[in-house]
Order: sequence, then C-alpha cells, then structure tokens
Amino acid sequence: MAATAIGPRTAVAVRAGRMAGALSRKVGLGAGAIIAGRVALRLDGQALSRLAAGRRVVLVSGTNGKTTTSHMTAAALRTAAPVAHNDTGANMPDGALAALMEQPDAPLAVIEVDELHLGAVADAVHPAAVVLLNLSRDQLDRGTEVHAVARSLAAALRRHPDTLVVANADDPVVVGAVQPSHRVVWVAAGMSWLADAGGCPRCGRRLETGVGPWRCTNCGMTRPTPTWGLDEGAVRHPGGRTEVRLTLPGRFNLGNAAFAMAAADALGVPPDAAATAIAGLGSIAGRYGVHRRGPHELRLMLAKNPAGWAETLPLLADARAVLLVVNAREADGRDTSWLWDVPFEQLPDGAAVAVAGERAADVGLRLSYADVSHATEPDPLAALALLPPGQVQVVANYTAFLSIRRRLATEEAA
Amino acid sequence: MSESAIRIAALLPDVLGTYSDRGNVTVLSQRARWRGLQVEETVVLAGSTPPVDCDLYLLGGGEDAAQQYAAEWFRDHRQLGATLAERATTLAICAGLQVLGEWMQDSSGTRTAGAGILPLTTTAGTKRAVGEVVSECGMPGVGLLTGFENHMGRTTLAAGVAPLGRTLSGVGNGGADGGGDGVLTSTVVGTYMHGPVLARNPALADALLQTVTGEPLPPLDLPDQEAVRRIRLGDGAAARPRRGRLGAARRS
Ligand SMILES: [Zn+2]
Repeated sequence: MAATAIGPRTAVAVRAGRMAGALSRKVGLGAGAIIAGRVALRLDGQALSRLAAGRRVVLVSGTNGKTTTSHMTAAALRTAAPVAHNDTGANMPDGALAALMEQPDAPLAVIEVDELHLGAVADAVHPAAVVLLNLSRDQLDRGTEVHAVARSLAAALRRHPDTLVVANADDPVVVGAVQPSHRVVWVAAGMSWLADAGGCPRCGRRLETGVGPWRCTNCGMTRPTPTWGLDEGAVRHPGGRTEVRLTLPGRFNLGNAAFAMAAADALGVPPDAAATAIAGLGSIAGRYGVHRRGPHELRLMLAKNPAGWAETLPLLADARAVLLVVNAREADGRDTSWLWDVPFEQLPDGAAVAVAGERAADVGLRLSYADVSHATEPDPLAALALLPPGQVQVVANYTAFLSIRRRLATEEAA
Repeated sequence: MSESAIRIAALLPDVLGTYSDRGNVTVLSQRARWRGLQVEETVVLAGSTPPVDCDLYLLGGGEDAAQQYAAEWFRDHRQLGATLAERATTLAICAGLQVLGEWMQDSSGTRTAGAGILPLTTTAGTKRAVGEVVSECGMPGVGLLTGFENHMGRTTLAAGVAPLGRTLSGVGNGGADGGGDGVLTSTVVGTYMHGPVLARNPALADALLQTVTGEPLPPLDLPDQEAVRRIRLGDGAAARPRRGRLGAARRS
C-alpha cells in the first residue's frame, strides 16, 4: 500500500504545509494547493519523493491538454483504486506535492506537470508512466524554444529508462524526445498544429507532412507505428475499438481520452471501464463550463497558445455568437504575433463576433485582415452586451479566462 | 492570372516561420486587394524550385538548425539570390535577415555561410533580446516602426550600410555598429521585428507595395489599426506612406 514510510521530518513538513493551505483558503488567496506545496517543499526538499514512495504515479505533460488528460486519467484509474491528483492545474513541483499531501493513502497518483519541470518531478517520484501529449510553442517570448523544451524532456526521460512512455506519434517533436531504449506506447492522437515542428527532430531538414504519416525527406525518420488511435467517436487500441461518448467537445478531447485510456490500460484498467469513467466528465477546472448572465448563456473555453486556438476554432462551426478575449500578460506571453498563425478565417460566416481583453485591438485587426466583421470592446462583459441574446461561445487565453471566471463568479455570488 | 497581378512569394515557410511570419503575406495581399489590385500568392517550399519572376519575396524567422538549412538552400539557388539582390523587393525577418547576410556564427562558435546578398554578419549574443522594439524608419514617410523581437543574434552591418531604422527602444541589431534595427538596401528590407511587422506598420506594408506599383496607394482606414499602434507608441504614432523606392540606402 501507499505512503507508509514517511519519515518524521516529512510528517512535520506535511502538517505545516496543510495548515498553510487551509489558511490560504480561509483568507481567499486561492485554492491553496500551491502555497501548501511550497511550504512543505521548503521544510523538506525530499518531501515529494517520500510522499510518492510506494505509489504508482502517472505524469502527464505536454503543451496542450495536460489538465484535461490528467482529469481523464485520474477518472479512469479511480475505477480501480483511490487516486491523488493535482486537479486544479497547479502543475509545478509544489502543486504535485500538494496533491500527494491531500491524499496520503491513495496508492495511485496522476500528476499534471509543466514541460519544463518534468525532469525534477520524475526524478522525485519515479513514475510508472509518463504521458507526452504534444510540444508546441506556448510562451516563446520567455526564451524557451520548442526544441530546447524537447531536449530537456529527452534528458529527463533518459534518467528513467524503466518508465513506460505514452507518447504522441503524430508529433515529430515528441517523437524526437523519446529515447530508443524506452518502452513506448505510441498514440496517433492527431496534430492540428505542425507549424512548430520546424523540421526533422534528428537532422533539422524538412518534414513531409500533408497526407499520411510524417516523414523526413533527408534522413528518413518517420512516424512510429501507433498501437492506439482515433476512429470516429471511438478509440482504437490493441484489444479492438471502444466507443467513447464524451461530454467534452472536439476531436482533440477524443485524442486526450485516447492518451488517458492508454495510460490507464498500462496500469491495469481496461479500455471499456476507462471510457465509461471518462465519458462522465463535464466541465474540467472551469473549462467548458456554462454560465447564465442576463440574456446570454456563455460557454467558456480556454485556449492558451496557437495550437490551442487552432483546436478550439472548429468547435465554433455552428456558433451564432462568439466572444474572443485575449490578454498579453507574463503568464500569457507578451507577444501577440501568434494571432497571425491562427486561422480565424474559419469563424462561421453568420456568427456575431466581438473581441475583448487587453489586446482586443490586435485581435480586431487580425479579424479585419481575415474579413471577419466584429465589434471591439476591451471589457469582456461590456463586449458580451454587444452580442445578440442566446448562446455565446467564449474563447479566452489564460489570464483572460481566469479573469472572466472570477467576474462571473462574483456576479453569481451577489 | 492577369499579367498585371502583383506576385508575392513566401519563401520557405516550412523551414522559417516560427513567429507567425505568414501574417505579412496576408497583410500585403489584403492591402493590395482592397485597393483593387490583383495578387498572386506563391508558397515556395524547400523541396521546390523557387520562381525568380515574383515582385515581392518574404522570408521569416526560425531556429538554428532551420537557419543553416535555409542558408544552404539559398546557396543552391543562386538565381534567386541574384533576383533578391538586384530586382525584386524582399522583406527578411530575424533569421531570414541573418540568412541573407555574409555569415552567421552560433553560440558554439560554428560559422555558417549565408546567402551573401546582404553586407552584414551575425554572431550569437549572450542574452536573448526579447520584447517590444520601436525604431524610426529610414524610409521616407514611414515614420515610427513598432514590433516584437526575440532573438540571440547580434548583427553588424558593413560600413556605409543603413539599418531599416534607428532604434528608440529595444535591442534591434545589437551589433558593434550601434543603435539600428535591420537593414535597408535598394531591394531588401530586413528587421528583427518578427511576426506580423506589417500589420503593426501599415505604412511599411504600403511602401513595399509601392515599389511594385510605382505609384502611391489610396489611404486605407482599418478599424483597430490606430489603437494597435497607439498602445505601443503612444499618441502621434500615425504616419502615411509616400511613394518612392525603398531606401535612401546610404548613411551619410
Ligand atoms: Zn531527418
């Protein structure tokens, strides 16, 4: 069983951490997960590895879909045993620690990990499996280029040759990070965004993408043969084909489900049981949540980077009203160049569109060049008022999403 | 396609295009179409033979390996190089600017020969230049340029070669020759302002188009344009392009 061997020092650290977490919740500083983990880490640098000892841990990392996939994986594994999970999306080492502290007796753990922290967390928890979803640009202006992230992931994986890697065969950058020595379950989860692949992960030359599996025209590196894949509302796997009746929209969420099912399968949960558990998930950490406000019914979606936007736009195909909200704070990335890589031309012809956020004008200008008529109003709720009554699909980047949720929650509480 | 269409070629977007540089093609095409001009866009992928009869060529940014590949590609297509150096108008951004130069040297000290079209050289800095840049453009009538830079490169222009603009904030070339961003020759506009630099600077876009049309373009008022510039430049940021060739190319 789990976590029996906590030393006295770790026990003190955990208690102190829990108190800090409870205090922070009480004074309204947030969910408390990060601060609880941080206090415990400061008291005992080994806390993470001691709390993970004896558990089977799945780490979920990648640029997009970490939060959703980790929720799906946790739901699937819970059909077998209790699971510790950093379900608020606190994906730094302190968030991982907080999750393990919350559930000291859970024999299983699913930890969402920021790509740049995968190495540190993996070294501490010795994961049974690592899920690698995709690697694309998130916040390039912080100076971390995609291939630098891939190199750090590769180094992290090299230190854990016994860990099973569940990885996206469709993403050349991910494939480049996985070591030949690994046990790998390849998942063909699709890739709506190849712009950041740049070139062959081995030799830097051009990749042939287009129809069929990607392939390097120079060194011949090609997509590994996947054993898991998607098939019209179902997930294909070595044992056959399992229908997944997702509540969450979109093909990329079906892709996320395939990763979760593959990881769960590796830990002994069969695809049918996993699919049923995953189908029950509705809103995830506020994403896809529905809110009523005056004459409007809002569905909130988060798109943190160009790949996320490219995956979200197809969900708007039938929308009658759309609100796009973009900020450019530190956590979002200060640079808004990515707006020009997103195919906003896909926005449906008949839809009423409003743009908001601190970078509303940049989004508006981009839409003008895409021949999408729109209203521009930096305040998101004022922009909402410009849209016709009924359903409104809201897509926001990170800090914009948090800010809208907060304002809606404040209004709903009033 | 009509004889009089403006031919715009995006060079190597499959190799260089990390920072949304394709936006510049969109901006040029739309601004031409909105003036009733015909446009033909060509995407030149690495595997193809580049056309040498286009009017405007665009080259974007990329990471080190991609850049070395692009430099080699240019050396394999000499005729294209001659076209860029002598006849057509080119917008080269970030790594694209470096690739067109004499050589570039990465942080490990490895030197790669460039296309040799631009009289400039590039070394690797110790600190990434990341953030907003403002420069005063050397092209007549273009005014202030606003953009975002994200690069390690430190570019030095040969004696007598003019930068695209005098840097008012940000790093730009960051080379030994002082405070400039990019390069301006009789056929090439180069800059470290990556991504959709033409969306932020419509006067620069129109100046490029006018090298093809040879005559001034009617003004264009786009919603949100003024706000985008005001947010970065404060008031008094607007400037209208005038007709003319690219550069007064030489510094006095
Ligand atoms: Zn290759």
